[in-house]
Amino acid sequence: MTTTLKPIPGNAVTRFVSDGAVTTWRNMMKIIRVPEILLFSLIQPIMFVLLFTYVFGAAVVIPGSDYTSFLMAGIFAQTVVFGSTYSGSAMAQDLKDGIIDRFRTLPMSGAAVLVGRTTGDLVINTLSMLVMMGTGLIVGWRVKSSPLEFLAGVAILLLFAYAFSWVMAFLGMSVKSPEVINNASFLILFPLTFISNAFVPSENLPTPLRIFAEWNPVSALVQSARELFGNVPPGTIVGDAWPAQNPIATVLIGVAVLLIVFVPLSIRKFATISR
Amino acid sequence: MAFIEARDLVKTYSPKGSPEVRALDGLNLEVQQGSVTALLGPNGAGKTTTVKALTTLIKPDSGSAFIDGVDVVAQPQAIRRMIGASGQYAAVDQNLTGFENLVMVGRLYHLGAKVARQRAKELIELFDLVEAQNRTVKGYSGGMRRRIDLAGALVIRPPVLFLDEPTTGLDPRSRIGLWEVIEQLVNDGTTVLLTTQYLEEADRLADSISVIDNGRVIAKGTADELKASVGGLRVAVTVVDEVQIDAARAILNRFGSGESAVLNGRTLVVPVSDGPAALAAIVSAAATEGIGLHDAGMRRPTLDDVFLQLTGHAAETDEAEKETAA
Repeated sequence: MTTTLKPIPGNAVTRFVSDGAVTTWRNMMKIIRVPEILLFSLIQPIMFVLLFTYVFGAAVVIPGSDYTSFLMAGIFAQTVVFGSTYSGSAMAQDLKDGIIDRFRTLPMSGAAVLVGRTTGDLVINTLSMLVMMGTGLIVGWRVKSSPLEFLAGVAILLLFAYAFSWVMAFLGMSVKSPEVINNASFLILFPLTFISNAFVPSENLPTPLRIFAEWNPVSALVQSARELFGNVPPGTIVGDAWPAQNPIATVLIGVAVLLIVFVPLSIRKFATISR
Repeated sequence: MAFIEARDLVKTYSPKGSPEVRALDGLNLEVQQGSVTALLGPNGAGKTTTVKALTTLIKPDSGSAFIDGVDVVAQPQAIRRMIGASGQYAAVDQNLTGFENLVMVGRLYHLGAKVARQRAKELIELFDLVEAQNRTVKGYSGGMRRRIDLAGALVIRPPVLFLDEPTTGLDPRSRIGLWEVIEQLVNDGTTVLLTTQYLEEADRLADSISVIDNGRVIAKGTADELKASVGGLRVAVTVVDEVQIDAARAILNRFGSGESAVLNGRTLVVPVSDGPAALAAIVSAAATEGIGLHDAGMRRPTLDDVFLQLTGHAAETDEAEKETAA
């Protein structure tokens, strides 16, 4: 009888790192082989920047600021939140294709699959951010804070999106259908990003929507980025709600809660799912 | 203890809005080292659930299972180091090439990059995929995908191989090709548990067959033993017009030594004690009553008859037959 191949020496940590690297590689290969995914996730923010700047920019008056400066933080937030949904549809697709069944019969770390998946989103989101910043700079957006604050702004957007990827990965494994996850995230995330301070100042919204916007975590994310990029229009009226008053703390608490809840939940889910 | 041993496996599912399903209902199974055992049964019998339980994909509600003495439920990671599994639908990454898929599996078995590549190369050659190795799997035919999936199951040369309906949906030529590969593996001493709804497949590949229905094993033995257990000759007739099937059935019951059964739409079969005499009587009675027959003949019992006798329904579903015909 032929001899079974044995694994090279390693411990839990090296195995985890190696499995995470292999699954991230797999996700990167998908981006290379199906470039449309990256193309659309890059073109869409460019389109939003241009549409909002030139279509709404003429109509929306932000006292003490041009619309583009106000808008960019909103577009960044919307784009990275939508970018995170990719983890959901990708997990659902992998489950449907039986790849997850294959992975689960291998002596690999299940958590590594999820880390590889969410890291894939992070890479796409980082690229989208770079493209959007370039487009923003061309149409007149300027960062008016220190380089350190600017980096903190980028970091908080990507961090929130990363935490949100874990939520989407969990939902993708629960729903088990890529189509459902795509449609559902569209239905939920569009109102969530629009009923916020992302595209218009929330103080002008009708009262029920204004209250929603002030408590909306997306508003906190947008406000954080706006503050850190030095793009807050002078004389902005900040709502009374705690999240509106403390946007950065709200986002960081939100990130912590999402990760504490959804990382273990997703890992546990992964260990039991099968097509 | 047998090499693979399952005791009283129970697994229930409660789909939303439907009554509870007992996918495994006290399943017992023994597979000897170096043998090929086929789990034979129709769709929904519990074949895939059995394989999922033994390959650590699902946890049984109760019961126990061991592979080479290792507890499947308690030590899943140890089991995963000794098994290869290939499923009903090829579980390969469409966006990777055939070669990359195999390297990925090798790396996830922690063989190291060099050995993983080396082994991928060997398997590509073994499975006759050299030309296609650098193309993405997306462009592969069904048979090629199945081969890459099976190759993925063989990356570590596992002592135990699970094949869940390895040839379902394949054209006859690909099917025979895959059988030859499996036969080769068995010659190398690999222990194989395969599930199939094709009697022909079980007959050709397996040393031992466990017939499974409603989540439990209802009979086991070699193909010959199972055939012998249902006894002597059969007369089978196929009517021209389906509306005459009940009339034909009455004739078969009159001259047969047991109850007749419908094999598929228009074919009836009945066990007989004196074959030639019964056949002659049945054909002449059909002629007298004006029942047109396409075909009438005697035959030795097949695994189909075994299945009919044991379960009261045919083994191969209509869907499976359509796939075979396609």
